[in-house]
Amino acid sequence: MTVPTPRIESRFRELRERRAKGLVVYFTAGDPTLDGTGELLAAVDRAGADVIELGVPFSDPLADGPVIQRASERALRSGATLRRILERFPRWREAVRAPIILFSYYNPILQFGLDRFARAAAQAGVDGALVVDLSPEEAEPYVQAMRAQNLDTVFLGSPTSTDERLERAAKFSSGFFYLISRTGVTGERQELAASVNPLVERTRHFTTLPLAVGFGISNPQQVREVQAVADAAVVGSAVVHAIEEHYLQTGAAAVERFVRWLKEGTGERPA
Amino acid sequence: MATVSHQTDVWPDARGRFGEFGGRYVPETLMHPVEQLERAYEAARHDVKFREELHHLLKDFAGRPTPLFHARRLTEHLGGAQIFLKREDLLHTGAHKINNCLGQGLLALRMGKARLVAETGAGQHGVATATVAALLGMECVVYMGEEDMARQAPNVYRMRLLGSRVEPVASGSRTLKDAINEAMRDWVTNVHNTHYLLGSVLGPHPYPLMVREFHRVIGQEARRQILEAAGRLPDYLFACVGGGSNSIGLFYDFIPDASVKMVGVEAGGRGANLGEHAARFAGGKPGVLQGTYTYVLQTEDGLIANTHSISAGLDYPAIGPEHAALYRQGRVEYTHVSDAEALEAARLLSRTEGIIPALEPAHALAAVIARGPKMSRENIVVVNLSGRGDKDLGIFQSAGVL
Repeated sequence: MTVPTPRIESRFRELRERRAKGLVVYFTAGDPTLDGTGELLAAVDRAGADVIELGVPFSDPLADGPVIQRASERALRSGATLRRILERFPRWREAVRAPIILFSYYNPILQFGLDRFARAAAQAGVDGALVVDLSPEEAEPYVQAMRAQNLDTVFLGSPTSTDERLERAAKFSSGFFYLISRTGVTGERQELAASVNPLVERTRHFTTLPLAVGFGISNPQQVREVQAVADAAVVGSAVVHAIEEHYLQTGAAAVERFVRWLKEGTGERPA
Repeated sequence: MATVSHQTDVWPDARGRFGEFGGRYVPETLMHPVEQLERAYEAARHDVKFREELHHLLKDFAGRPTPLFHARRLTEHLGGAQIFLKREDLLHTGAHKINNCLGQGLLALRMGKARLVAETGAGQHGVATATVAALLGMECVVYMGEEDMARQAPNVYRMRLLGSRVEPVASGSRTLKDAINEAMRDWVTNVHNTHYLLGSVLGPHPYPLMVREFHRVIGQEARRQILEAAGRLPDYLFACVGGGSNSIGLFYDFIPDASVKMVGVEAGGRGANLGEHAARFAGGKPGVLQGTYTYVLQTEDGLIANTHSISAGLDYPAIGPEHAALYRQGRVEYTHVSDAEALEAARLLSRTEGIIPALEPAHALAAVIARGPKMSRENIVVVNLSGRGDKDLGIFQSAGVL
């Protein structure tokens, strides 16, 4: 039996064939409840997200701004842990076509056990992971464990990354490569950083992977601006903000509308 | 332990590892800045001019060398080992923290960074950073948990008087760990003009190395002073361990001396359950927190646990990675004492020696009080009195220590 083409690769190939650009959507698992996460995944998928980054809440999210910090706190209060997320994941997966990667800090994965995590994630139908505080220098055991299960590993490039660092991080990446648009923590911004274009151009020298750009993107206009230079735009805090504002009143519907509105930035209507 | 050979020339290795501990676990945006910091530090430590300037400030501004004081009345009271106090409490700003702040402040200037950010627990590192910022004419923001701001109010005022901004941190446990998260968030946002003046032997490489090197002067002086006073090396060194900067500073130059036993004293808080103490070696296991792989108090799911200690400076869920290595190696023994024992130790030192210690070194004293009487009168114990107790008067008072 041959290994099926990974979902992320397939999705970006489809986009390329349609000459379209992608929308990557982040939100935190367990925010505000684990039951709600299944519903939100299906809604975000219906709204046309091309890749979903599902956050694993952590007690000390030092790369995140206030919006995602609050989401982590809500999720931890609801009892969301990596173990419970993986337990529920197979049911969530059934209702979702888009590839889903877990977005986590390193310690929960390390305590779960690298090999055990990779096996459990693969069995549950997870497509890959991004570990925000794991640099390529420290990542070898993790990458090996993930590769053994055919899971994608997404690493980060930032405006402060030297060419040497970009090359190394891209080499450790599969599926796509994630570029941080500016220095700082996650959060919505009025304007896109001027550093995006040069960073994308620099990175193209080192990899043929699709490039997704994130941090600070919150409206269709910004989505379009990013997609003009990169292969996909990542929207995180703005989606989490919509969940915080609307989920308890209107369920997933308002979040679905918000992602559809973002998707319009791509010039595409969800199927 | 006589056969142990500590690899003092090798630790940390090029990847910032002390054995299996340490390393560099930070978001990509910070990787290049920590690499730059490492290069700048390596250049500075071999630069005679930098070393002379630091030496001058340590001497004429901070007040080094600090005395090694034979605590005769405490010794007599305990009826055992001869107890010597390394008087870091006499340094300008009232604690050992100034050693590291002067070093990193000068380094930041060399790197062309005009803005300092720092975290603080007890406020001693914040005050020392604010002091150095004023001395060197730099902008300074200190992050401090709201709970710590309430219990160490005099230090909050000191920092403000010195011209620094104190930013309250309301997230998580509202203590030191959360202040570090917030300082790192500031640093990652303002890396172009900002140096993060981390206050302990924690965080990503090169911090654990650099902060140790700036505090080594404590042990270098103590070694010289005890040889002068007693004609031989001590039998025991005692120091409290929060992140572990004052303890590694005292211990480091004695590590090759196999006859010198070393005891690191953690905060036992008010109980043995997770959340009731900050004794990492009693209740923690290896994990990654805030840039380094070390012993961490955490849940089974890898979430960082809340901690408790009456001493804000020891109230932290992780320990410096070199301590984790020294623990694993067996070269240093780690123990813990309770809030109540620390308070009693502070009372006893005040009464017997006329020295009011900070709650942090009161933990080290409490361990000496427990063990000193069982030692022979020939034994020599050196305790690092890492800070003075002015900041803790409110806590002593409300605990009814008299």
